[in-house]
Amino acid sequence: MQKWILYIGLMILFVNCKGEQRVAAEATNVFSSKGVEIPVYDFNNFESLLDIDDGKTYIINFWATWCKPCVAELPYFELINSRYPKDKVEVILVSLDLPNHVESKLIPFVKKHRIESRVVLLDDPDANSWIPKVNENWSGSIPATIIYKGNSTNFYERSFTYNELEKELKKML
Amino acid sequence: MKTLKILVVVALVIAVSAFAIDKVNVPNTDAGYSIGDTATDFKLKNIDDTMISLADYKDAKGFIVIFTCNHCPYSVAYEDRIIELDKSFKSKGYPVIAINPNNPKAYPTDSFDHMKVRAKEKEFTFPYLFDDGQKIYPQYGATKTPHVYILEKTSEGNKVRYIGAIDNNYKDASSADKKYVEDAVNALLKGEKVPLETTKAIGCSIKA
Repeated sequence: MQKWILYIGLMILFVNCKGEQRVAAEATNVFSSKGVEIPVYDFNNFESLLDIDDGKTYIINFWATWCKPCVAELPYFELINSRYPKDKVEVILVSLDLPNHVESKLIPFVKKHRIESRVVLLDDPDANSWIPKVNENWSGSIPATIIYKGNSTNFYERSFTYNELEKELKKML
Repeated sequence: MKTLKILVVVALVIAVSAFAIDKVNVPNTDAGYSIGDTATDFKLKNIDDTMISLADYKDAKGFIVIFTCNHCPYSVAYEDRIIELDKSFKSKGYPVIAINPNNPKAYPTDSFDHMKVRAKEKEFTFPYLFDDGQKIYPQYGATKTPHVYILEKTSEGNKVRYIGAIDNNYKDASSADKKYVEDAVNALLKGEKVPLETTKAIGCSIKA
């Protein structure tokens, strides 16, 4: 309880101090163990992450530790995240792992693979209500990826190689 | 100056149309059945080594066809609810027919042998069929597990009446307050239109 109040407080402080337009989407909970913190969102709170208009290009990847093709392409998202300057491109990895697998599977995975991109958990079981809000063409299978900047958005219900991903990113830059 | 303006406009049009063409080329993810289409029958191997077709079910009024598998946590989360659906509706003429669409080369725990093990562990009351060669699921247009197709038997074949999720809470059956499949089958049994014909859900991508 105290922990997430602190976290939200820090977020607000961070946003205010840096003067950045980073949207402080309010997490409903934060899982924290082994030095890894995973904020948890329901779709209402998550939605603002799909609409940040600060001149940066955002790559939002929906994945889960149990999804093999997702895990296979994760290194490419990490590579993009490390290769592009932080003020130009931000990668957000949106895990759809079940909440009761966060501490047993997701956090160990993030730690083992030294994931540096921002990882959040989207925990909202009423998927039929929010999948069409992410993209009306999305059937709900993962991996799925959004690349957006300001008002331009591209949606992909598919897997990527590094070159394919970078090619799509460059269209948006 | 005027030519420059025209040039800029032309360049803009080219740029925009190039972008538009690119968008059109996005692969169509909507392949497969829509509501009202006639669904294909099949002949697939069941976990008891018999071959099963929809045509075998002479007395059925329709079918709850569910593409599901062993490895997917979302499928596992729904196993008990799938059993309940079969128990509720088989006697009323709508049996569950489960089909594993995955290629075991991609997911070894989805092999036919592992299907037998899982079906025994969970005491499946319904056939659990293996889409050998991954030929049936693309015709239905299933993209993930679990993915439900409710079919109504008519004189013109098995008509697709519902496509989507089982209910609106994969985490917890008791918290689900919209039971899409139950509502759909109950409507069909009463000769009514299915209230919500398509729903979307997160699931595990089918791997051919």
